[in-house]
Amino acid sequence: MHINIPVRLFNLHTVNEKTLEKLKILAGAAKYDVSCASSGTTRGNSRSQLGTTSGWGICHSFTSDGRCVSLLKILLTNHCIYDCAYCANRRSNDVKRTAFTADELAQLTIEFYRRNYIEGLFLSSGVMRNPDYTMEQMLRVVKTLREVYRFNGYIHMKSIPSASRELVVKAGMYADRMSVNLEIPSEANLKLLAPEKDFESVFAPMRYIQQGMLESAEDRKKFRHAPSFVPAGQSTQMIIGATNDTDRQILTLASALYKRPSFKRVYYSGYIPVNTNDSRLPVLATPPLVRENRLYQADWLMRFYDFKADEIVDDTHPDLDLDVDPKLGWALRHPEFFPVDVNEAPYEIILRVPGIGVKSAKLIVASRKFGRLSSSQLKKMGVVMKRAQYFIVCRELSMQTVNELTPQYVRRKVTQKQTKAAADLLQYSIDWGE
Amino acid sequence: MTLFIYDHTFDGILSCIFYAYEHKTFPDAILSDADQRPLFIDEWHHIETDEKKSQRVWTALERKLSKSAQNMVLLVWLSELPETEMLLFGYFRKIIDHQHGFEMNFGDSDVLRVKEIARKVNGEAEKIRQFVRFQKTKDGIFFAPISAQYNVLALVAPHFRSRYPDQPWIIYDIARNFGLYYDTHSLQEVTFSLQDLKSFKSRKLENEKLSETEIYYQNLWKEYFETIAIKERFNPKLQRQHMPKRFWKYLTEMQ
Ligand code: SF4
Repeated sequence: MHINIPVRLFNLHTVNEKTLEKLKILAGAAKYDVSCASSGTTRGNSRSQLGTTSGWGICHSFTSDGRCVSLLKILLTNHCIYDCAYCANRRSNDVKRTAFTADELAQLTIEFYRRNYIEGLFLSSGVMRNPDYTMEQMLRVVKTLREVYRFNGYIHMKSIPSASRELVVKAGMYADRMSVNLEIPSEANLKLLAPEKDFESVFAPMRYIQQGMLESAEDRKKFRHAPSFVPAGQSTQMIIGATNDTDRQILTLASALYKRPSFKRVYYSGYIPVNTNDSRLPVLATPPLVRENRLYQADWLMRFYDFKADEIVDDTHPDLDLDVDPKLGWALRHPEFFPVDVNEAPYEIILRVPGIGVKSAKLIVASRKFGRLSSSQLKKMGVVMKRAQYFIVCRELSMQTVNELTPQYVRRKVTQKQTKAAADLLQYSIDWGE
Repeated sequence: MTLFIYDHTFDGILSCIFYAYEHKTFPDAILSDADQRPLFIDEWHHIETDEKKSQRVWTALERKLSKSAQNMVLLVWLSELPETEMLLFGYFRKIIDHQHGFEMNFGDSDVLRVKEIARKVNGEAEKIRQFVRFQKTKDGIFFAPISAQYNVLALVAPHFRSRYPDQPWIIYDIARNFGLYYDTHSLQEVTFSLQDLKSFKSRKLENEKLSETEIYYQNLWKEYFETIAIKERFNPKLQRQHMPKRFWKYLTEMQ
């Protein structure tokens, strides 16, 4: 079949300068919210709607800082009655203020979506008049999208701190994911930096979301077609390095959140000063990206490797080691746990070996019943032998393990190799103190 | 060396298996007519593709392979890698000769390689789902040129079809010179004339072929993309790692 795309004359549409200007301001103000995930729910489509969601989430682009672009992440407005020290939109800042109309934003989302730029919308907002008024305006956007444009793609909606239960519950009927940002990991520091907020103003909407989800799950047991409520769960974000809170506080808080059934993700965002001249905030030459990265690794260990927060950080080690990843750090503090025999040990034990990830651990357990595995086979399965070699025995005679070589020696060996990789990734000259 | 010549179809590979077991002769290479022949051939066999025979082989394989392993086999086929024929042949033999469950023996190099290639092909399909950029044409068709490393168009079509049920689109694989056209009802294969193809080589449709608002939305998207980058975190290496350069020419925001 041959398709000819006919050539017709037309006038180039003049760019609507106002929309462009708003987009710049309101996307620029939303960019520090790190969560971009469009994951957590799979929804097919009926012919009458536009859009689907796919369980793993799709990144449609990556910005020059290497971050995933999945959703149109934007503020409804950057007007704000609050005055949080770490935020560019705070009322005491002299910045240009603007707001989208519900239809403008809905249409923009649809047009981006149709071109495969995005998975959906991530809607946040500064606080206009009061939290509930703001929530109502945000609700109009998502309602327009779902009901007027029949949009069935992904919607992540922020709940405004202190919003009422009624409005959070309403929003939950339209959103795939909701989030309330904790921002500051301890209440004292939160109050210091965001005088209008406290933990309760954040935890209350989190509770409403959770209750809504649990009730909806109950309903759907009874009625198969009962509407789903925030099917992709909730998430939150903490800013790292704006306060003196330790990694132990951060991870303990995160692990408590993960215990709630509705919690899917905690995001960590290295502090980037947007307001200068605020004595409550530290002056940082560069954002603490290595620390942020280590926190994500620790978070990963808690979610997929069955590590407890207090195994990763404790009283004697309240902060993560920046030189080694937290899994290796744990292994070096616990040489008595090793060596692990990959041909015998249960899956959970194999997962604890530095250099073995979930994928290779599964391959090992599936394959070893066909014969004892050798180190070259392990390598092919994706095991990073440069690290794993100090912690395992396989078909060959036991190599020199962390016990014979001492943790100090292994640490030196492994960090030499790691320094380069980590520095490459982050593109910073990091002083590793060697 | 023993050579099998086949018709470069999946059924053909299965027919090779049938032939090999029937004649107790196993090839050192399987080639199609178009391929270049190696120098030292002791014997060669021309394998007729016979759907009945290939169906019998597939039924036997189906009994021993899980659904996900069957899927992996098809992905390997779509990879179009030069090693495909011999890898699948070797894999099928092992599956036939061993007990049920051999597909889990990742200590075996063929089993592991099938998994690896399947992962790569799946990965490429995912990249296409990520990086397809539609441009809306004058007559309302959303057009996206791609240039895929593996032959994944058929793998990604269902995704776009269910995502945009009311939106006609063409995704065109320039590397293979064929595309899929979804007219809001069904999918069909399309091939452009050489002349049309030449104009797509520039990746972008000329302005006069685009819908009135297309440039407007492209500009909004570019502006958005620029705005959300955080300069304190500038890390182009990480960007390239997630979004390999070979895709940039099709990405609106990278123009
Ligand atoms: S309430 Fe939100 S938008 Fe307003 S100043 Fe605080 S962080 Fe910024």
